[in-house]
Amino acid sequence: MTDLQFLTWVRGPGLDIAVGIFLLGVLWRLFEIYSLGRSKDLSAPRRTPGASGLHTVFRRSLPPPGMLKCSPVSYLGGYIFHIGLAIVVFGFAPHILLIRNLTGLSWPALPSQFVDLAAVVTMAAMTVMLADRINKPAKRFLSTFEDWFTWAATFLPVLTGWMAVQHLLLPYTAMLALHILSVEILLIVLPFTKLFHAFTLFGSRWYNGKVNGHRGVPV
Amino acid sequence: MSASLEKGIRVLKAVIDAPIASYFNSCVHCGLCAEACLFYTETGDPKYTPIHKLEPLRRIYEQEYTLLGRLKKIVGLSKAVTDDELDQWQELVYNSCTLCGRCSAVCPVGNDIVYMVRKFREGMAASGHAPEGIKSAVNRTVTIGSPMGVKLPAVLAQMKHVEADYGIPIPLDVEDAEYMVVLSSMEIINFPEYLGAVARIMQQAGKTWTLCSTAFEATNAGIQIGNSDLARVIVSRIVEGAEKFKVKTVISPECGHAYTALRWEGANLIGRPFSFEVQHIVEVLDEFQRQGWLRTEGFETDKLTFHDPCQLVRRGGVIRQPRTLMRSVAQNFVEMPDAGYMNWCCGGGGGASAIEEGEALRLEAFKKKKTQFDAVKPDRVVTACANCRIVLEESLEHYRMDIPVIGLTELIAEHIPERNKPEGA
Repeated sequence: MTDLQFLTWVRGPGLDIAVGIFLLGVLWRLFEIYSLGRSKDLSAPRRTPGASGLHTVFRRSLPPPGMLKCSPVSYLGGYIFHIGLAIVVFGFAPHILLIRNLTGLSWPALPSQFVDLAAVVTMAAMTVMLADRINKPAKRFLSTFEDWFTWAATFLPVLTGWMAVQHLLLPYTAMLALHILSVEILLIVLPFTKLFHAFTLFGSRWYNGKVNGHRGVPV
Repeated sequence: MSASLEKGIRVLKAVIDAPIASYFNSCVHCGLCAEACLFYTETGDPKYTPIHKLEPLRRIYEQEYTLLGRLKKIVGLSKAVTDDELDQWQELVYNSCTLCGRCSAVCPVGNDIVYMVRKFREGMAASGHAPEGIKSAVNRTVTIGSPMGVKLPAVLAQMKHVEADYGIPIPLDVEDAEYMVVLSSMEIINFPEYLGAVARIMQQAGKTWTLCSTAFEATNAGIQIGNSDLARVIVSRIVEGAEKFKVKTVISPECGHAYTALRWEGANLIGRPFSFEVQHIVEVLDEFQRQGWLRTEGFETDKLTFHDPCQLVRRGGVIRQPRTLMRSVAQNFVEMPDAGYMNWCCGGGGGASAIEEGEALRLEAFKKKKTQFDAVKPDRVVTACANCRIVLEESLEHYRMDIPVIGLTELIAEHIPERNKPEGA
């Protein structure tokens, strides 16, 4: 298979398969989780301003009092790489073009040098997070194969995309094909690994906020 | 598989709901819950990371409720939960978890970890893996009526003492009283001043109240061990008493878990809303004060701090009231670092103080509380939970720290003007 044939495959059937598994996977997983339901709380509620599911969905994006200094790397590294990923995925002109072709939606792109910088910063933050996972006793203890694997599955698309743009290591066609392949792997594993927190996080925060909000505690 | 394990796993399957499924799927293993847990911060042992305490429950969730997990189970790729494993987990689910809820307050993806520990305990209890200390407390509550084995004659004797000391009659089994007061065994045995304080406060406020001879005990070890059937039996006594005497409000005593059991879990345990209100004594005092029914005079001049009982504050929402009450009678009230919503547990909540073999770990974890005390160096500590109080007293003694611990209700009662007569009397 030549580089061009490889690229043609990942852009065509490869992408269709990956997007298909991703969409069906997400729908199935959401159904599997939220169809379990929960029982109604019969105790008399206490109403307090700021105590609700929706409040917690937003509030939990900020560190609770005293937590930032306990684990600055988790918070700062976490902010940087999540925001960085969002900039790279949704701000890079070729990505917007792809999304327009798939969905018809489009928006203005960010300058490519800025996206380039964001990619480098994201990779740096992810590397620091990886080191923190190895160094911090609780994080290392909790880590399983899935944690290392999902780190790599998230890191590789950024790395290969950046290398393709910079024309590093491999010819552009080959590197671009590898980049698209790595994104397809990410899409396929996302619904079935901890990466699915991208979807369930909202439900989890909402439940926590709702249950505690019933008691008048803004969590 | 043993019959008890089978039962335990059946219970665990039954407690898993959408929130638990959502929580397990959201965990990214960031380890922040460890930083919020006093058993981890004080020992540095990663096995005390809160989310890890739920590992057997997580595997059951995965194996029973996810497509991939079921496939893995069919082809023999998953590890079944065993009796040995649950036995090992006893220390993690009971001894090293006080259900304080700090982990649930910090989880960045929003997991209510303590909600899951509470549910996990249901399966641990059903499979026979609960600690002996809590098991016996539950048995005594069900058979005798209280976790410490207190019977009605002990309550009657205490009523007589209070009547003699303060000259105030203590009403028992009075119909149509506005308030029904329930006690914790700890207050009957160790802190009798509580009942005297309530009597004086009610007299000043001019409120009708009663004790109930069939429901004087408020603590609910069924909640702590994680047995909803027994918890229901225990809470039903109070419900029946309150409904028989047609009281408007049941006052939960200075006990954190009694409050959770009655205020938040009670209606769910019996399967219908209560026909009466439930208030913690601190809420009642705050309301009396706001309405002008409770008047105090004079101030404490030594340095006082307030220890927040987790179930009352972080898990119960009564955060402002104790502070308002403290300021009304203390000139030198200081807050500890992290006080209020993010306060650190005394180390003995959630039934942990009843586990003998957990004592060494509990004292180790108390170092967190000690650091908080060291930061403000109070002359006395005030709290609103008899269990916190006894755990604080014992731990302070262990560390040779001479800081007396008192109850908030009693502190307020001490400031009621001596010759104040009830309104209309």
